[in-house]
Amino acid sequence: MSSKQFTWDVSDFDTWTAERFPKGCVAIEAGNSELYITGGWRSERPVWQKDKCKNCMFCWVHCPDSSILVADAEMIGIDYDHCKGCGICVAECPFDALHMVPEGDEVTDEIAAKEA
Amino acid sequence: MSAITVFAGTGNNMVAEALRQAAPDVVAAYPITPQTTIVEGYAKFVADGRVHTELVNVESEHSALSACVGASAAGARVATATSSQGLALMWEELHIASGMRLPIVMANANRAISAPINIHGDHSDVMGARDSGWIIFFAETAQEAYDNTIISFPIAEDPAVSLPVLTTLDGFITTHAMERCELLDDATVKAYVGDRVPENPLIAGDKPVSHGMFASLGGTYFEVKKAERAAIDASPPVIQKYGDAWEKVCGRPFDFIDSFACEDADFILVMLGSAAGNARTVARELRAQGIKAGVLRVRVYRPFPADAVRAALKGAKAIGILDRSDSFGAQYGPLGLDVRAALYDLPQRIPTRNYVFGLGGADVTLETMHKAYAELAELASGTLDEGLSYLGTRG
Repeated sequence: MSSKQFTWDVSDFDTWTAERFPKGCVAIEAGNSELYITGGWRSERPVWQKDKCKNCMFCWVHCPDSSILVADAEMIGIDYDHCKGCGICVAECPFDALHMVPEGDEVTDEIAAKEA
Repeated sequence: MSAITVFAGTGNNMVAEALRQAAPDVVAAYPITPQTTIVEGYAKFVADGRVHTELVNVESEHSALSACVGASAAGARVATATSSQGLALMWEELHIASGMRLPIVMANANRAISAPINIHGDHSDVMGARDSGWIIFFAETAQEAYDNTIISFPIAEDPAVSLPVLTTLDGFITTHAMERCELLDDATVKAYVGDRVPENPLIAGDKPVSHGMFASLGGTYFEVKKAERAAIDASPPVIQKYGDAWEKVCGRPFDFIDSFACEDADFILVMLGSAAGNARTVARELRAQGIKAGVLRVRVYRPFPADAVRAALKGAKAIGILDRSDSFGAQYGPLGLDVRAALYDLPQRIPTRNYVFGLGGADVTLETMHKAYAELAELASGTLDEGLSYLGTRG
């Protein structure tokens, strides 16, 4: 879910042969790291509880991967395509609106949260 | 019409003049014997306003080549010079410069590598850069060091190549000995080298790009390295093109190899750099005695001109390969390995002997060459085996 329009198609770069790479592996268009899905590196994910969130934006400021999604000055979710699960947002949140869950446990966790 | 100034100069004088005439935007360098007078001379040109270059006085060779990498990525014409331990300290950036496909011209005053400490000429330092993806020239004379340095700029910067170039000359023998030198006028050299037109510059262009990418996963690194191999393999016609163009300008011949009387020679000595003069003198003496001796000097060492070397050597009865460095633990020295690999493609087998000579600036005399040629006669007659030996040591 890219917010920009790119003219250089790198969507299939993992199939490119030697000749197709720009010389010296230069990235010839800025900002397209957004298209490089790195969320798979994560072993734990932050889970956001909207009802506790005050939109203080501490998590947004501290996230090293710009993975806190914001619209109209309000948090709307987490970009799991790029979040690497570092947990900084959880450490910084003053309102316990974020907590870490092992990957794969988030579904059980959501159910438990609803039941509680 | 070009004008020529004839003067008595050293190899380092001539490299400094060549750099000044190519007028790099950035030179980042650190002094080291016997390269120092290149950068010293260049700094004087800058101070005197004879060339407009950002001269960066760095704290080490590691920083020197790092600064060159950055400047070349930015889109500048870039040059530096080093020697020995300095080149060794650049090892990391040698591979970064070539891997990022950055044109940088670096002069190297070929010198021994410690230990023991030795400041004199041999090829141990530059052989450490042999596999780093740089194009490598070996000059025999101060004049050739000038020519090689000038042609290095358009070769490195041609988009078909886009690789760094090492233009080397033997420490003290060529860097410091005075020779008759011909210097072309600045306007002629300026017209020959042209301007660098960078393809994807970091700051000289109008679109943002990223250099020095991470390519660790999924085989991207593998593909990009394959492209680097293809680039240096495809470089010979481009090297030849600029060499020929310079030959037209200066009148001195250009080729990847310098072959002396190899056509009908029975015994050929192969080498790099300054020792070839002594070998040719001895080859002439032997020819006067009816012994068919030849000399093959390799001027462009990387990419290695295997086809030309093979063609020049194919009629010989015995070949001596002189290495001014050793590849400890390998079957032969660096040039020995290259030449023997080239000869493998011949239908017939020519016996070779590999000589490690002149390490740490040890004297290379006419007698040294006489001894090598005498051994080749024994090798051809079968009274001497192939192999490697040190030529000129005390025992």
